[in-house]
Amino acid sequence: MAEQTDLGRRRFLTATCAVVGGAGVATAAIPFLSTFQPSAKALSAGAATLADISKIEEGGQLIEVWRKRPVWIIRRSKETLAALAGEDSRLKDPKSDIIDQQPKYANNAYRSIKPELLVLVGSCTHLGCSPKYHPELQPESWDSEWKGGFYCPCHNSKFDMAGRVYNGSPAPTNLVVPPYRFVDDGTIIIGEDQEAA
Amino acid sequence: MARATPSQATGILGWVDQRMPVVDFWNKHIGQYYAPKNFNLWYYFGSLALLVLVNQILTGIFLTMHYVPTEEGAFASVEYIMREVPYGWLIRYMHSTGASFFFVVIYLHMFRAFMYGSYKKPRELIWVLGVLIMLLLMAEAFLGYVLPWGQMSFWGAQVIVSLFGAVPKIGPVLVEWIQGDYLPSGATINRFFALHVVAMPLAILGLVVLHLGALHEVGSNNPDGVEIKKHKDAAGKPLDGIPFHPYYTVKDMFGAGFFLIIFASVIFFNPTFGGLFLEHDNFIQANALVTPLHIKPVWYFTPFYAMLRAIPDKLGGVIVMGSATMILFTLPWIDRSPVKSIRYRGIWSKVLLFTFALVFVILGWLGSQAGSDTQTWVARICTAIYFGFFPALYFVSAYDKVKPVPDRVTTHD
Amino acid sequence: MTKFSQILSKILVGLVVAAGITVTPAFAAGDICLPFGEAQTSPTDVPTLQRGAKLYFNYCAACHSIQYVRYSRIAQDLNLTEAQVMTNLAYTEAKFGDYVTNNMPKGGRGVAPGGTEWFGAPPPDLSLTARSRGVNWIYNYLKGFYPDPSRPIGWNNLTFPNASMPNPLWELQGLQEHIVHEAKPDGAGAVGHSDAACSPAALSLKTPGVRSAQQYDEDIQALTSFLEYVGEPAVIQRESMGVWVLLYLAGLTFLLWLLKNEFWKDVH
Repeated sequence: MAEQTDLGRRRFLTATCAVVGGAGVATAAIPFLSTFQPSAKALSAGAATLADISKIEEGGQLIEVWRKRPVWIIRRSKETLAALAGEDSRLKDPKSDIIDQQPKYANNAYRSIKPELLVLVGSCTHLGCSPKYHPELQPESWDSEWKGGFYCPCHNSKFDMAGRVYNGSPAPTNLVVPPYRFVDDGTIIIGEDQEAA
Repeated sequence: MARATPSQATGILGWVDQRMPVVDFWNKHIGQYYAPKNFNLWYYFGSLALLVLVNQILTGIFLTMHYVPTEEGAFASVEYIMREVPYGWLIRYMHSTGASFFFVVIYLHMFRAFMYGSYKKPRELIWVLGVLIMLLLMAEAFLGYVLPWGQMSFWGAQVIVSLFGAVPKIGPVLVEWIQGDYLPSGATINRFFALHVVAMPLAILGLVVLHLGALHEVGSNNPDGVEIKKHKDAAGKPLDGIPFHPYYTVKDMFGAGFFLIIFASVIFFNPTFGGLFLEHDNFIQANALVTPLHIKPVWYFTPFYAMLRAIPDKLGGVIVMGSATMILFTLPWIDRSPVKSIRYRGIWSKVLLFTFALVFVILGWLGSQAGSDTQTWVARICTAIYFGFFPALYFVSAYDKVKPVPDRVTTHD
Repeated sequence: MTKFSQILSKILVGLVVAAGITVTPAFAAGDICLPFGEAQTSPTDVPTLQRGAKLYFNYCAACHSIQYVRYSRIAQDLNLTEAQVMTNLAYTEAKFGDYVTNNMPKGGRGVAPGGTEWFGAPPPDLSLTARSRGVNWIYNYLKGFYPDPSRPIGWNNLTFPNASMPNPLWELQGLQEHIVHEAKPDGAGAVGHSDAACSPAALSLKTPGVRSAQQYDEDIQALTSFLEYVGEPAVIQRESMGVWVLLYLAGLTFLLWLLKNEFWKDVH
């Protein structure tokens, strides 16, 4: 003899199973999605790089690697530093207002911790080519009043000796300054921030 | 091209249904697919096989994101997955445990067919497609096992591929062609990888679709072997049938839950299963110069391996081992019983089936052992009995006593 | 008949499940001598692992790399700081994120890898030894060394006969003497290794080491536990996660069972 179907109970049980089951499925997705996270190998390969800067001559460029990108370390002369302010009117972001492009401690007139030592990620902020270093103050085909800096051959972006982008460049922002800190006068670590001053 | 009866559905469903008959499909295969109401425990294994297939594909995709199919990188990449990919160990264990559980489920699924005559007319095609799926699954498992490139991977590949060397005249050329090298190597890994990840899964999926299509065309068998379509009500629905949804969707979900408990127990508490699911020697990187003491296949191949070893001749052994699977295709035409289910067959049919199952298990055990003279003789006897089952069935099925088959299914309310 | 087979099937399933989880047919103990029985490892117990790690790096790491393990991972799993690991455990020029390799020369074309001249074969990497040989083998191996003047290396081992390695822990264990039991005149001694040949009685401590027998046993349990962890670092998470998963699945399955029964009231 069929009893009256308890629809209420059916709905309740169906809903409960759906919710509990759904929670299980969502939780089960976590391990799968987590496998996408950078593994210990990636994290290790992306770890900080030690750079010996004691041998860089004035005007010289040392190229290190951090997270598989080129990082330039340049020892700037006093003349270079003095000329920086004069370029402000030709630049898109002379005061480094776009804060994502450099750590706090590099958000200053020289875009560096110590004025003479410039550290930049050597990747053009347009589409990622590596610009070439042209330190000589002489007229160039891309700028008759070239005051030294970096020129990207891919699409003609130009950056000054603090990595700031010139007006007229397709690149939108200044070259990135990576996190770095001084271990001592002759060594820096690229990839680690300075402790709070 | 308008349909005979236009779509009744509304909203988004209606929009889709007007362009693709999803509602009809749902009704035909799920909502109004009538299945016998007396399915028992043995009828869980079909849906469980589908569940395990989904598991293998999902976990397989995520393993493929980290696995390196080269001779230098394969073994290390598996350890990388186990140690450094977040939850990689869990995905790997789900995949390796799933492979073994796949065979547990499939062997039990097939045994159900033996018991209830599910391969008999009009279901011969379902059976044939099913045996094909089993063969592809065995190939898939073998290909997958080679990929971690441990000692068992390498030597298993060496042994199995060299079996093809038994083919007269072209044997040795065939072996080199399969391997892509003088011995199993990086070339072998790379092509096995492509077959294991792309080719076999596609083929298996396609066959599973056909298998279910063939099933739905004639309708499911049941433990009494009674055709439920013989007795329909006024609306044309089988009296002993119930719509698959919600009754069997709900029942199969419960079955899946129970199954997952067992599955999870193994994954989390005994993933190597004492060396049966993940063999000890496979934790040693492949070394062509050092042969492991006991080369044996994974447990699900051991019955066939025992048969191969029992025959003293290489080509003979290959033929016997191959025939052991191929002979399964003939079953629908060998079984001449007027009755489908073992419930209504005589004692001889029961003895025969029990013996067949017992001999298969014994062969499995023998295949996992190192071997001895006694064991070889037992294996030969068991192989003879295994093959003897088929001619024996031919006669027993025609002459054994049968009990009267009920008109309607027997259920236990 | 069908009721009976239902119950029988459920019992069989239960037995299979129980067997699968508890019984470990494991390693073919048939021909391998394990006189000290089963190891009692604790691969998830941090103090044990720390003790084992210390022993490993002091006595084993110079020759045996564990190339799939990073120092940083050991620090993470064993609750050690970077300084503790790099000062007390690491002794090579390795960095914190590096794998644990050693200074044995790798070898190349025509040049045998380091260790071949001294031992006949390069000392193998031990990352997966606990999974390929098993913890019982490792435990017995480390307790089964004895000096053997007939061997070039001067040592032998009950579990691994003619092992090409001296006992790295002899200072801790002391020196054992191998007592050979003569086959009894009535032929009671079996061919191959008799019970007496493969038992703790075959070894007797001749010269004590700095650790007592009990302490040395604990050392070896710790070292074996560490190698078990090294073979499968996931062991630390695996079982505890499993408990939660099983609880959840049990609860869900119970709900699904209720749901199934509710709908199946319709079916007669």
